[in-house]
Amino acid sequence: MTQDLLMRYLIWPLVKFLVAFIVVQVIVAAMNWIERRLLGLMQARLGPNRVGREFGIPWGLAQIVADPIKFILKEDIVPSSAETVAYFLGPMLPLIPAFLVFCLIPYGPPPTFVVTHINVGLLLILALTSTGVYGIILGGWASNNKYSLMGGLRSAAQMVSYEVPFGLSIVGVLMLCGSFDLVRIINYQADHVWNLFPQLIAAFIFLVAMNAENNRTPFDLPEAESELVAGYHTEYSAMKFAFFMLAEYSSMTVNCCLMVSLFFGGWTMAINGYGLTTGVLRGWGIYGGILGAVIFISKVMLFMLMYIWFRATFPRFRFDQLMELGWKWMIPLALANIAVTGIVVLLGQELNFQGEVVLSIAGAAIIAFTLYLLLRPRAKVTHARRVSEA
Amino acid sequence: MFDVHEMEVNFGPQHPSTHGVLRVLLRIDGERIIDAKPIIGYLHRGTEKLFENMSYPMCIPHTDRMDYVASATNNLGFVETVEKLMGITKQIPKRAQLMRVMLSELQRISSHLLWLATHAIDIGAMTPFFYCFREREQVLDLFEEYCGARLTLNCMRIGGMPDDLPPGWLDGVEKFVDKFEDAVDEYESLLTNNRIWKKRTVGIGVITPEDAIDWGITGPPLRGSGVEWDLRRAQPYECYPELKFEIPIGKNGDTYDRYLVRMEEMRQSNWILKQCIPLVKATPAGDIKAKISRVVRPPEGEVYHSIESPKGELGYYIVSDGKSQSAYRCHVRPPSFVNLQALPAMAKGHLVSDLVALIGTIDIVLGEVDR
Repeated sequence: MTQDLLMRYLIWPLVKFLVAFIVVQVIVAAMNWIERRLLGLMQARLGPNRVGREFGIPWGLAQIVADPIKFILKEDIVPSSAETVAYFLGPMLPLIPAFLVFCLIPYGPPPTFVVTHINVGLLLILALTSTGVYGIILGGWASNNKYSLMGGLRSAAQMVSYEVPFGLSIVGVLMLCGSFDLVRIINYQADHVWNLFPQLIAAFIFLVAMNAENNRTPFDLPEAESELVAGYHTEYSAMKFAFFMLAEYSSMTVNCCLMVSLFFGGWTMAINGYGLTTGVLRGWGIYGGILGAVIFISKVMLFMLMYIWFRATFPRFRFDQLMELGWKWMIPLALANIAVTGIVVLLGQELNFQGEVVLSIAGAAIIAFTLYLLLRPRAKVTHARRVSEA
Repeated sequence: MFDVHEMEVNFGPQHPSTHGVLRVLLRIDGERIIDAKPIIGYLHRGTEKLFENMSYPMCIPHTDRMDYVASATNNLGFVETVEKLMGITKQIPKRAQLMRVMLSELQRISSHLLWLATHAIDIGAMTPFFYCFREREQVLDLFEEYCGARLTLNCMRIGGMPDDLPPGWLDGVEKFVDKFEDAVDEYESLLTNNRIWKKRTVGIGVITPEDAIDWGITGPPLRGSGVEWDLRRAQPYECYPELKFEIPIGKNGDTYDRYLVRMEEMRQSNWILKQCIPLVKATPAGDIKAKISRVVRPPEGEVYHSIESPKGELGYYIVSDGKSQSAYRCHVRPPSFVNLQALPAMAKGHLVSDLVALIGTIDIVLGEVDR
């Protein structure tokens, strides 16, 4: 009996966490290489393509191993005027929540592919991810460098501001699915339709907010290279810097996992209960589970690539503009989304129609219209005219 | 001494976006700039003093090192000034004049490309940087083919040009010119209508036309404020009067207008190059030097001559005593140095992020500011 309990509550979750942790860390390490190569492709250059050639490893893939080795071997410099304890805590604090959250993400059909199944998992994830900012503020302040301090302050203001639309955008999903449990949210989507459609605006806000949360372009102000040298991690070297980076990429992965779970059906590939639902996958035993996990990770990777795409495309916002976007656009939009979702769902209950269908049709219409706007042929405006107009 | 809300920050001389070794002493309240004071001199090499101890031809490579991203125009300014002093401006053969124009326009393109690349990456757009360098590389290849150097060209001589064009060079230029228009379109597709780019540049660092003239600002920053002043048109030199080109001007005098002006200038330079190719082909090969004595010893007198460098009015003031082979006094009026003066006025009240955009939009090269 004790053995059973031990297996169930200690050994098994630990093994699952380790597997999940390793998989995610491999993704994070690989992301470094993927990001540099993909950016290279987008920017008419090659990116790292040499490391590992001596050992027959193609495309510079050994860069994935070489980078961590370099980080470990570099000299670890502590500025003489730094606040030592805080300086050391800085890189560690963001790592802890970033890693902990991986226990709460359902990677595939439960129970095998869910590390810990908590019915308020989403709430816990939000709570944990929002603590990541402390390390950045602490690190920025402890370095005793004005640029670091400014980076830390920017980061604090940015993360606190974007936490609000980040959280608010999820509310609509919660109203539709009626649960904080990610597994139930995913199953709901498999039985109905991806939340992307009924909650299009929320998905958009979530996408923007998650970019801002992770300090990624176009919201990479805390580490804006051209302005603040390197922002909060200016004074950090070697593994301490790597910790910051690891935390950033880990929380990027977490946010992509959330995006996929909340709006893109998680590990399922089904609509209205047809297709690869949880039930179907479970019917195939462990293979179904693995297939689910593969689907999940592929979707996550797509969003990770989106981060890179954004990075190659956008210039950087200015600080006040970032705040303006957050408070004047994102939060009202999120609130409006909540109101509309609430009203439609309530009306649906009262007047006996399916609220999410109405919302889905509206969402699909917006998507179609946006695609039309993007793809329609546009007249090329010649430049000379614009100057004379200007 | 300071209000408690104020912080003093040294922006540079070691900073990724000060384009060299500019140091800006900032007083900031949060992120808002109360006062920005550029401190220069970190790259001072005493070039003007050096000129007093060198024969005129020996000075030419030193002019390369002032605006080191636009050395051809530096050469041009210097050799033209000496020619004016010697009174041989009219004797320069047509072919040499066209070659000078072509090299300067290529240089203008390459300088503007470097400006766009760094300006964009300062504002956070990473990709245009690499796109610009892709084309700049081709221009530098053309320079290399002509004179062997890519950056410090040393490509002009008093009285003409050092060498005739290598065979196939004009074809190379033609190939570049044909494709360059599309390349500019590509940069513009990334930036011109980009909402974030506009947010970061429109209304930032406005200079009124009156202010611009009062400050002595020249080049794209002046034209961005709406003043139609281009020395290629206003005080024509070489064979510019025979060439067709337009002078783009802005209206609001902000960073965005200066961006538009420079983008259009690249197109205009491209157009000039296109016109030059058949004209050069029509001139006799090898006719690249005026018949003057090998020893350059101008008569006694003084002269000021200026040309339109990519960054503005590049002027040389030379005094000759009529006896020695070197200048008695040489003074350079670098456009970057004069344009940089406007930085404190432009930066006041903006945010730290804007300072980076402003340093980029003035397009300074510290080699030229400090000389």
